[in-house]
Amino acid sequence: MLFINPNNLLFLDETVRNLNFHVPMWFTMISLLFISCINSILYLRTNKIKYDIIASRSAEVAVLFGLMGLATGSFWARFSWGDWWTDDYKLNGAAIGELMYLAYLILRNSVEDPGKRARLSSVYSIMAFPLFLVFAWILPKMAANSMHPGSGDTVGFNQYPLNNNLRMTFYPAVLGWILMGWWITSLQIRNKYITLKLESDED
Amino acid sequence: MKIRSLLSLSLTLLTGQTFAQTKENLFYSNGKIYVVVAVISIIFTGIVTYLILLDRRLKRTEKELRDKFDKKGSKD
Repeated sequence: MLFINPNNLLFLDETVRNLNFHVPMWFTMISLLFISCINSILYLRTNKIKYDIIASRSAEVAVLFGLMGLATGSFWARFSWGDWWTDDYKLNGAAIGELMYLAYLILRNSVEDPGKRARLSSVYSIMAFPLFLVFAWILPKMAANSMHPGSGDTVGFNQYPLNNNLRMTFYPAVLGWILMGWWITSLQIRNKYITLKLESDED
Repeated sequence: MKIRSLLSLSLTLLTGQTFAQTKENLFYSNGKIYVVVAVISIIFTGIVTYLILLDRRLKRTEKELRDKFDKKGSKD
């Protein structure tokens, strides 16, 4: 598998392999944010702290993957577009989305009362998820022009004349990265459960 | 003394034009494959950093657990 050669696309050259790393970062982030959003809804419906824990930890790991997505994207851009950052709908939208969820984490840390914190951040998370999709995905797609593949007038990678070698690694990579993200999230969740159990035993 | 000279050497390398030039050439060489290497390194660093932070949280939990059992042991 390692020696299968994907098409080296024009100026992308060998960096087309970044498709297996940069792109799944965002897929993972969106999956984790989706989990966060669903669990926030469940929290507001049931008031069980379990859902708030899942929602907050997955958002936290999502922020990590977003940061790695931004960093890898910036590096890729430097050596294919010639600049670390361009004034592009996709780039700015993704950065805004990332900042929204950084604000979510800060908001959580600033509220002391657990019940209030859970309610407040659940409402924030439910509102932030559609906004994230709008900023990082829908608006760039609607934009008149963009350098980023899959947005504006630039076609996505699935539109390029690829041979199927790239797909053979891309889909497993997406699945693998999403599972990786969820695994790290689950470690955090389990740690928090133990801490909560300890606290409740003390009372 | 040795550390200081190493530090100053690395500083001149980091800021120096020659280093920047070779870095540029490296990333543009061989079909830009080193850009992929750099991207993978960024992700590796990110995940490892996060796992170290997680490890510290786990250590705190372990300490709490230990303290709890110590307290329990003294009571019995």
